[in-house]
Formats: sequence, structure tokens, C-alpha cells
Amino acid sequence: MVGERGLGKLAWVLVFVSPSLVGLAVFSVIPILASLGLTLYEWDLLTPPHFVGLGNFQRLIHERNFWAALAHTLYFIVGYIPLVMVIALGVAVILNQKLKSVVLFRTAFFIPVVSAWVAVALLWKWIFNPKFGIVNYLLGLVGIHGPAWLFDPQWAMPAIIITSVWKDIGFVMMMFLAGLQGIPAEYYDAAAIDGAGGWQRFRYITLPLLSPTAFFALIMSLINSFQVFDQVRIMTGGGPAGATSVLVEQIVKNAFDYSRMGYAAALSWALFLLIFTATVFQMRLQKHWVTYD
Amino acid sequence: MTETTLVSSTGRLGTESRSVAEHLHFVRQMALYVILAISALFMIVPFLWMLSTSLKADQYVLTMPPQFIPRPLTLDSYVRLAELFPIRRMFFNSLLVATLTTLGQLVTCSMAAYAFARMRFKGSNALFLVYLATLMVPFQVTITPLFILMRYLGWTNTYQGLILPCVFSAFGTFLLRQFFLTIPQELEEAAFIDGASHWTVYWRIILPVSKPALASLGVLSFMGSWNAFLWPLLVVRDVDLMTLPVGLATLHGRWLTQWNLVMAGTVITVVPMLAVYLLAQQYFVRGVVLSGIKG
Repeated sequence: MVGERGLGKLAWVLVFVSPSLVGLAVFSVIPILASLGLTLYEWDLLTPPHFVGLGNFQRLIHERNFWAALAHTLYFIVGYIPLVMVIALGVAVILNQKLKSVVLFRTAFFIPVVSAWVAVALLWKWIFNPKFGIVNYLLGLVGIHGPAWLFDPQWAMPAIIITSVWKDIGFVMMMFLAGLQGIPAEYYDAAAIDGAGGWQRFRYITLPLLSPTAFFALIMSLINSFQVFDQVRIMTGGGPAGATSVLVEQIVKNAFDYSRMGYAAALSWALFLLIFTATVFQMRLQKHWVTYD
Repeated sequence: MTETTLVSSTGRLGTESRSVAEHLHFVRQMALYVILAISALFMIVPFLWMLSTSLKADQYVLTMPPQFIPRPLTLDSYVRLAELFPIRRMFFNSLLVATLTTLGQLVTCSMAAYAFARMRFKGSNALFLVYLATLMVPFQVTITPLFILMRYLGWTNTYQGLILPCVFSAFGTFLLRQFFLTIPQELEEAAFIDGASHWTVYWRIILPVSKPALASLGVLSFMGSWNAFLWPLLVVRDVDLMTLPVGLATLHGRWLTQWNLVMAGTVITVVPMLAVYLLAQQYFVRGVVLSGIKG
């Protein structure tokens, strides 16, 4: 056959696939399987591992910290997803109006997306500073005595949600913009001839034709927000008084602060199951609201 | 019936109402610009505040009301940051790790993608499914065994520990495979008839026509690596090996209220990435839209 000068076909396949395949096996596939096995052990890395069967999962079910972290993660998701989706959609629709200097505005929304989470989290920690931060300064101008934000168990999570929405608007907006640009202009022209107003065009053309994009953006945001970590680690470390401890925070703490490797692995598989269930659930729900041509 | 009324009504609209319509259009455009400008300010002002804080002398950082334009303007925090903290070393570490990770991903992903897209071999579909399956599992599942592996290999606190686990990407392979599948066969068939090897076809034909896809993957993986926090945080404890995000977190822990120093550090972390973004905007936009697939 052609193209196999010097080497057999299988040899060529091996040449091309093996760097990636070996790397993925060592750093991804085997760790995934090992992690599954690890859930059955208790191991502090100092003494030999100790088989506990499903003990780690039993412990997980009875551990208050796990349920608290799950509740906080869900709180984050419920606050974050609707805000980021609605604002990003609004901005995308406006940016899609063939305005001048769209690139300039697009860039403004995209700067937080390309910035490191650690930098953004530190910046907003400073902005939310109870005494000298600009948020409370601005609130003070209109006569509101702002809360202690990240130092107040009640306000810490809202502050983290606001920061996360601010960082991710540009990302979700970009997906919506790509979807909007795929809607043929003739649809709008036809609707305009039929006398449809702006709102009607949005409601009966834009929304249905954008629903596959919205579905995609929703799934992605959902998966990412189950894994919320960087901003929590930097802004509150899970505090105050555990008010913002989230699932990944718990995994990291158990594995690297308390050296409970098996329990941390069990936690990570619980996270996987949650993400998987939420995704499947969304897939099921989609036929009720997503329109495909 | 309805059609005729419609035609007549639009006909009447003709001349006298046109200027009204134009005015309405203008007002609407202006309203949209105002909304956009306000929301863009909301995105930009925090960054200006970052910059402004980093350019202040110590005694003007914690003031009420806040000083928006630093007076006097000073680079003192940057100078002191470089004196007290190995920020230059961290910058170098970030650059090295991000560059090598990106190059490694481009090479290994494009090679594997070539095999999956352009060679027919037994089990290729099953193997590709394994690639896709690893995409479904969140990174947090692998960090515990990966960390144990690093300790076993003696790779904690090393560059290879920072870089190698991030080089092999199922997502990148998937992305490039999709692109390679769209390249027409004719070019390589001619090359094969002339006696070219698979390597020649990959290197001389497939890679050159795939530059946009490679650029998208490149900027995406550079950004991911430059901004990464969790893995570098776990695998490196030695200050001299820290990347900028981990270094920043340490810096913040050490000088809790020295916000001018901390903000100088964030400026140093953010600005290079912004520069890369401005230089390669189109690839970023495409890459980020595609990266939704990553999850």
C-alpha cells in the first residue's frame, strides 16, 4: 500500500499514536482507574493502605462536611447559572445588532475571561474589602452600610457568585454570539415584513433558534460550576465558619491537608456522579425547550 | 386581502414617515450604546482599580474615600515586589511551563489526531472512544492518584511534575481530529503516489493547512497553563518553582493588607495574557467557543 515506505502500517500507526496514548494512559486513564480502586482503601501515604471496602462511601454519607459542601455548591450553582446565562444572552443580543466598535466592547467583556482566576479572585477580594473596598464605598454614597462580604457567613457566597458571574459573562456571551450569527438574516426580514415587533422577533425567532446554543452553554456552565474551586480557595478558603466550603475544596482538604487519600477519592467520584446525573437530567429535559431544525 | 393592506400601508409609509423611522432607529441605537457602555465600564473599572492600587504608595492604599487616581504615582510596589519576592523567577517559571506544555500538546495531539483522522486501523474507533471517555471525568478525580504517582516518581517540586501531566490532552486530539477530517484527500493521495511517507504527509501537507486549528489549540492551552492553579498548587511547594498564580496566592497569604503589592503581582500575571489575547484574538474567540466542548 501507499504511504508505508520502510515501515509496516501498524508501525506507522504506533509512531503517530503512541506518544499521546502512553501519556494519556499514564497521566489520565490509569489515575482514573487507580482513583476508583483508591476509594476502597484508607491511606495516609505514611503507613500501608488499609482495605475498608465501601467504608469511605458510608463515611461520606454520614459526614456533615460533605452535605454542607454539597449544599454550598448547589447554592453557588443556583445563584450563578441564571445570572450568567441571562446577562450573557442580553449582551450577546445587543452586540449582534451590527453596531460600530463591537470589537472594542467584545474585548472589554473578554478581558476577565483570559485573566487568571487567582488574579481575579484577589482583585475582587480587595474590591469587597469591608472597610476600604470600592463596593462598600459606593454603597455608602447612596446611604447603605455595606456588609462585611467575605467575612460575613451570609454575604460570602453572594460575593463569590458576583465575582464568578463577572468573570464568565464574556465566555458564555461568546458562545451565544456564535449561535446568533448562525441565524439567517432572512428570518428577521420576513418577520419584519409581517409586522413583527422587536420583542416578538426575539421571542419567536431568536430564542427558539438559539436554544441549542443555550443548551450547550448551560451544560458547560453547569459542569464548570460543580467544579468551583480557585475563587473559593483564594477569597474565603471555605470560610467564614465553613459558609463557602464547596466539594472540590473538600477533596483538596481531605487529600492534602488531612492525608485521607481514599476518602478524597470517594469524594471525587461523588462529584463525578453528581455532574453525570445533572448532565443526563439536562439531556432529558432538553426536548421540552430546545428546538432543533 | 391582508397582503394588499400591507402593501398599501408600507407604500404610505414611503416618504413622510421615513425620517420618523430614522429618528427612532437612531434613538434605539443610542440607547443600546449607552447600555453597552455602562456594562463595559462594569467590566473595565475593576481592572483600572487593580492598576491604580498597584501604583500607590503604602500610605494611600487604605484610605476612605478611596483615591482613584494615585497621587503621587509610583512604581514602588513593583520594585519592592521584585526585591522581597522571587516574582521574576515565577514569571520565568510560568513562561517555561506554559510554553513547553503548549508545544507538547501541539505535537502529541496533532500526531494522534493524524492517525485517527487519516489512517484506517483496527480498533481506531474503540481507542478514540477511550479518549472521549476521559473527557467526561473531571480532573479532580485524577489528582489524588496523580499526586501519589508524582511522589513515587520523585517529581514533586520539579518542572517535569508541573509540565508532563498536562501535556497529553484528549480534548486537543479531539479538536484537531475534527479539523483534519475536513481536509480533502486529493493532496495526500498525489503525495503518496510520489512515494511520500506518512510522516512527510503529516509534516508537509496536513500541518501547514491546519495552522488556524493549531493556533486555536495553542492559545487555548497556553492560557490554560498560564492561568492554572490547582495542579501547580499541589505539586510544587518550593517557592523557586512556583508559577505566578500559586506565587500570588502565597504573596497574598504573607502580606495580607499590602494590597498595592498584591495588585502589582496581579497586574504582572494578567498583562502578558492580555497581550497574547490582543495579538491572537480571532484564534482565542474560536478556541474558547470550541473549548465549551472540553468541560
